[in-house]
Amino acid sequence: MKEERGRQKILVALRGEEVASRFDMAPEAWLGTYREGEGFTNEKTVVLPQASAENLCRLIVSEGVNTVVCGGIEQEYYDYLTWKKINVVDFVVGSLDEVKKAIASGVLRAGDILIKRAGESTDELSEE
Amino acid sequence: MSSAAGITIAGLYSDPVALGSVFDELPVAVVFISKEGRVVYQNRAAEVLTGYSSFEACGLACSHVLRSNICGGRCPVREDLGGEESVSEEGDIITRDRRRVPVRITFTRVRSPEGRCLGYAEIVEDLGDGGQRSDSPTHPFSIGDIIGRSPTMEKLFAMLPGIAQTDSSVLITGETGTGKDLLAEVIHKMSNRAKGPFVKINCGALPETLLESELFGHVKGAFTGATHNKPGRFRLAHNGTLFLTEIGDLPLSLQVKLLTFLDDHVIYPLGSGTGVRVNVRIIAATHRDLAAMVREGRFREDLLFRLNVVRLHVPPLREREGDVQLLMDHFLRTFSAKFGKRVSRFSSEARNVLLKYSYPGNVRELKNIVEYAVNICTGASITLEHIPSYVVEAVQSQGKSDEEMASRSYGAIYEDVNLLKNRSESGQVKWEDLERRMILEALMKCGGRKSKAARMLGWGRATLWRKMKQYGITE
Repeated sequence: MKEERGRQKILVALRGEEVASRFDMAPEAWLGTYREGEGFTNEKTVVLPQASAENLCRLIVSEGVNTVVCGGIEQEYYDYLTWKKINVVDFVVGSLDEVKKAIASGVLRAGDILIKRAGESTDELSEE
Repeated sequence: MSSAAGITIAGLYSDPVALGSVFDELPVAVVFISKEGRVVYQNRAAEVLTGYSSFEACGLACSHVLRSNICGGRCPVREDLGGEESVSEEGDIITRDRRRVPVRITFTRVRSPEGRCLGYAEIVEDLGDGGQRSDSPTHPFSIGDIIGRSPTMEKLFAMLPGIAQTDSSVLITGETGTGKDLLAEVIHKMSNRAKGPFVKINCGALPETLLESELFGHVKGAFTGATHNKPGRFRLAHNGTLFLTEIGDLPLSLQVKLLTFLDDHVIYPLGSGTGVRVNVRIIAATHRDLAAMVREGRFREDLLFRLNVVRLHVPPLREREGDVQLLMDHFLRTFSAKFGKRVSRFSSEARNVLLKYSYPGNVRELKNIVEYAVNICTGASITLEHIPSYVVEAVQSQGKSDEEMASRSYGAIYEDVNLLKNRSESGQVKWEDLERRMILEALMKCGGRKSKAARMLGWGRATLWRKMKQYGITE
């Protein structure tokens, strides 16, 4: 995401405080706008009527989101979103706070494991 | 995490047995989790299924590793298996290559010799059968998820069973979106290796150094940051199939290593001098012209010959006569059912536009267009307004340019004809032959409609009819 560090509207598919392990099983989503130097603005959490990939896709498109951060996502939804020119950062494991920190430092990548495990510090946990 | 090789099972033999060496050869995925639901060990089949190495998976919540739909509301571990010793649940998981795979997961309690519950074991069986998902009806003109009844596809389907049964390397070529990945998976599922893993790697998705470690693995300390042994995709695909997609993007240095593997079936992990013998079938795919790349020195000729043992070309959609209609209807049914909509047909205008469109993105593009249309359609019929505007505009401008092309080409034919008529007087070319050819070409361009053909030729309809009769062109 380093190259897209201008203004971005971001959606993180959540289950509780963490990125939902699956896109289609996220009962809620965090939305916010990030601009370099300004940080996050317009933050809100949307509770979906029911966890569903279609509902989430509809929300993403209607909200004009540029970047989606999620866990596992099926290829057809991934293709649909990328076809809509939306950047999908998938297979991310971590809390919303950790995701926001990674976005702000421009290092968030697909497959990143951001959570702290026994005997490790968060700084060492980027996958690549 | 503790190394799996270091974990032992005692009490079976005079000496303890290394757990890793036994569990890694099992054809089903086995994941051990703590009482809190965190992964403590997974075998190699689980690595293939989840896409996480054991090192990455350990310490993570099981739901993040397996990504199963059981994890949400009905996780038996959360309920301590309801007091049972073992519980079996059917569901699906999302693999690292973004496939939804139906699975049966058996949750079993793991106890200490004193009977204390220490955690749980999850045995994950892949219920996928030859590419046919249990929730999707079979299609009469299909193999796996590939659908088609055009002569080119029928020819391809006829070749598959024979090819699947051999162990030869396969090279799949075809434009983007034609279904090369699906074809590779179908070959694997039809082969004797179907029970083994199908491991996919995109050769163009990773930088050279990472790709080498991803393919061949590395040993601890091979480079800065190599904190643990990594098996690599070749070892993960042991007794199965390794699918190398975008093989044209494989760097030259790795092409040599792949060639070496194809020669002796031995891989050398990064930082290790000891080779590991693996039993893997290679299927490679590319949308690039490898022969041209060989001429440009960007692809090794010997590797091309090695991979090219069996070559399958997936035709682009524009060459699959009749398949656009079949696929349109198939995707309409699929998405209508999936989104719970009552969309059941295309209007004739929408159908005509979709049939005339050239689909540079092939089946993938057609699928996306129908999905979009079903999504935004609120009635029972998909009309022009539900088709993405770029498709409608492309078809309209194509129509205009066809007309222009036609008039230009006939102008050109007239010029040629006049030129050749002069030559015919000198006995070289017969005017009659040229005029006959001109009429046939005009009729073909106009789909046999004589009024339109006559207009194109600048004649009246009667003149065309007379000349057709003269040259023996029957209706």
